[in-house]
Amino acid sequence: MQRIERTVLYTIGGSAILMVLVPWLLGKVAPDQVFFEWPYFFEVAIGGLLSGVMYSLVALGFVLIFKASGVFNFAQGAMVLFAALTLVGLIDLGVPAWAAILLTLGVMVLLAIAIERVVLSHLVNQEHIILFMATIGIAYFLDGFGQTLWGSDVRRLDLGLPNQPLKFFDGALMVNEFDLIAALIAGVLVVSLALFFQYTRIGRALRAVADDHQAAMSVGIPLKHIWVIVWSVAGLVALVAGIMWGSKLGVQFSLSLIALKALPVLIIGGFTSIPGAIIGGLIIGAGENVAEVFIGPLLGGGITDWFAYMLALVFLVFRPQGLFGEKIIERV
Amino acid sequence: MIYREAGEFKSTYQADQAIFPIRQDRWFILAILAIAFIAVPLLGSDYWLGTIMLPFLILALAALGLNVLTGYAGLLSLGTGGFMATGAFAAYKLATMFPGLHILAVLIMSGLITAGVGILFGIPSLRIKGFYLAVATLASQFFLIWMFNKFGWFTNYSSSGVISAPPMTVFGDVFVTGPQASATAKYLFVLSMVVIIALMIKNLVRSNMGREWMAIRDMDIAAEIIGIKMLSTKLKAFAVSSFLCGIAGALWAFIYTGSVEPAAFDINRSFQILFMVIIGGLGSILGSFLGAAFITLLPIFLSNAPHWFGMNIPVDMISHIESMVFGALIIFFLIVEPHGLARLWQIAKEKLRLWPFPY
Amino acid sequence: MGERVLGDVILDMKNISLSFGVMKVLNNISFNVRKGEIRSIIGPNGAGKSSMLNVINGVYHPQEGSITFKGQVRNKMKMHEAAAQGIARTFQNIALFKGMSTLDNIMTGRNLKMKASLLEQAFYWGRAQKEEIAHRHKVEEIIDFLEIQAIRKVPVGRLPYGFQKRVELGRALAAEPEVLLLDEPMAGMNLEEKEDMSRFILDINDTFGTTIVLIEHDMGVVMDLSDRVVVLDYGRQLADDVPDVVRNTQSVIDAYLGVSH
Repeated sequence: MQRIERTVLYTIGGSAILMVLVPWLLGKVAPDQVFFEWPYFFEVAIGGLLSGVMYSLVALGFVLIFKASGVFNFAQGAMVLFAALTLVGLIDLGVPAWAAILLTLGVMVLLAIAIERVVLSHLVNQEHIILFMATIGIAYFLDGFGQTLWGSDVRRLDLGLPNQPLKFFDGALMVNEFDLIAALIAGVLVVSLALFFQYTRIGRALRAVADDHQAAMSVGIPLKHIWVIVWSVAGLVALVAGIMWGSKLGVQFSLSLIALKALPVLIIGGFTSIPGAIIGGLIIGAGENVAEVFIGPLLGGGITDWFAYMLALVFLVFRPQGLFGEKIIERV
Repeated sequence: MIYREAGEFKSTYQADQAIFPIRQDRWFILAILAIAFIAVPLLGSDYWLGTIMLPFLILALAALGLNVLTGYAGLLSLGTGGFMATGAFAAYKLATMFPGLHILAVLIMSGLITAGVGILFGIPSLRIKGFYLAVATLASQFFLIWMFNKFGWFTNYSSSGVISAPPMTVFGDVFVTGPQASATAKYLFVLSMVVIIALMIKNLVRSNMGREWMAIRDMDIAAEIIGIKMLSTKLKAFAVSSFLCGIAGALWAFIYTGSVEPAAFDINRSFQILFMVIIGGLGSILGSFLGAAFITLLPIFLSNAPHWFGMNIPVDMISHIESMVFGALIIFFLIVEPHGLARLWQIAKEKLRLWPFPY
Repeated sequence: MGERVLGDVILDMKNISLSFGVMKVLNNISFNVRKGEIRSIIGPNGAGKSSMLNVINGVYHPQEGSITFKGQVRNKMKMHEAAAQGIARTFQNIALFKGMSTLDNIMTGRNLKMKASLLEQAFYWGRAQKEEIAHRHKVEEIIDFLEIQAIRKVPVGRLPYGFQKRVELGRALAAEPEVLLLDEPMAGMNLEEKEDMSRFILDINDTFGTTIVLIEHDMGVVMDLSDRVVVLDYGRQLADDVPDVVRNTQSVIDAYLGVSH
């Protein structure tokens, strides 16, 4: 892992301070509209952090594919939806949960192979913008395909994960058990992936491919295999994200919109950084929640529609490459 | 050989720089315009004019706007819907606050207001490029739609939430909006506006402005080195693009649907216009029209095609299949011809030049 | 080469030092350029020659030193200012606008001289049309001069390397610069192409009086064309004099030229 720059620490520290200070101030200044109590604040913040972890999960899929193939995979959200739909569909057909999960994983691998064969191999040396737009095409295709296969009703996904509120400090602070478990699973996944990338041979090959397709091929790295591996791993991540979000919200079309929310996460964290995806997710999740509860009332509510993007926009102006992203130096 | 330029020598630069230097192209365009202005309104049904041609023309205008920003200046934008909404609501507020205002004035002013908003959201583009910029434009998209939904001032505090565009006239007594407007009047009005604006944009992209945009798209460092000012060039791209999208939004609300609602301009609209530009061809005026035609006609084809084959598919399934077909087509185009229908058209013309000879 | 009348100093680089992080790319370089001169910068690869050019037209800002251009002293150039004040350049790795034709690329070189507003251009009347045609005249003169008439409508991305280099030169010329910076204009060319390019450079200097600063590896070209030569090696300055003197300077021979013959 690289040394963490001072600006990064200041940014994270600064955001955290603002996130506490602004609500507190507003609570003092406009107590009729903004209700501020410390335990309540922590509840909101922690709830936000935990949903932030789930955003990170989706962002992780993006980062993997971008890191490994230089492609900005707009279809990640559609993959989350597709994975969730397939899983729920299989379970509803009577397949036992553990088998359904394995089968869905298999489906995602097949999907990865199909994407590589049908789309990626034909676009090997096109500019990144063309690849990006191709993934938009894949996204639309998957959205339609999944719903054609499995229908578009909202489905409940119940894998028996506990969903009780846990009480701390004699009930003053409540945290949802499910969110905690989701955070834990996401955390484990993220750490293992980070280690994988950094320390294995395949990880290194993936990084080479991200830099330059042709150069990687010329040193004998099998591009096709690499891409299938990466998209399969992204598919696995999508499945986990799908399970988490699907259990929480029900499996429905809006899941792919959550993927759009992952974009601000990537902006803040940097497109190529796995720890960036985590920290970005935490900042967005907590920030969004805190803003909605403590700033929202002053604006009429519903600011989660755009707050994450505005936050990302502000970040972009000051730090275009994100917290941990790589600065692109253009040479003339 | 029917189509060729042999024997056509230009003796002045002025002639060489005409929009359609090849004689046959000129005839062809005049023929298209004649068909559009005369034959279509005479022969077309109200349904055809009102439900197919109107959205096609208006969305083509929006696609033109997006093409200026993304195709010519290389600034990827996912905020087209938000700017269209801005135009629609600006027009509504203007028309209701100043009822005597002529519709052309309303349209132009709402275009200018949208241009202002576009400039504001374009300021970050100096520092941000590529996909990052696309995400930044998402901020403008979501924020604007939220704002129009949230604040009653925009809808004049309407209790029902559905606001209709007020009836307005063009030459004193020809209604183009509201219940008294005929489909023909609406069609001709929109057609005229779109043709005039397209002509102006064509002039713009062929002159210095267009070259500056393409320069910053192709290699911005080199552009800066030869003296092109980044910020003003990018902001002008946002301004012109938003102007067009704003007018398109106002036309959509006032003339096509008759009502002003933010839902018509959500993120799906932005994607739809982006698809038009991709399939039609980035950096091509003709492409904007071809892409708009394609995407407007496709759903109609898809909803009617099963009937022709004797199959009956439920409506919601149709929209899913539509998604699949869109997605597949985008991928297909990107693989086969990343420069879109406009390029295919150019290739066809080049082959036509040699026809009937093979090469 | 006959009588060469050189003017006063038009560009004066004093004690220029440039670093990227810990890497020192230019170390206390000083030299000047006289009006109408053909000045060469030579040295092995990585010596900092392109960086020097980048400092002159404002792409890089030196940490130390001063740049005096047309009498005005500054410690760094801004890109836009350099262009506006009459400095134009070509690049080692061709920086053309690949999506545009030859004609359009060279026309972009005229952008600073085009004054018509947005609206005027949209209606293409009056000033906009007159300007466009007037500048087209000028650009066609350059196209004639560089003998690239046949490819004027071809998108530059499709042109062979040698032609691309000419188009890039045309774009630089279109700005009617006072100082022309050429970064390895003959790279990758065969003998015939080099002769053409040398002829162009001499003609430009002769006909328009343009001052030329040139980076080049072909020693024959350098020695034949230049009035004076600066030699760089790993960011340090080894010599600064007329070609005959530089050719025989020991440190230059050791670092770069090899045994003189």
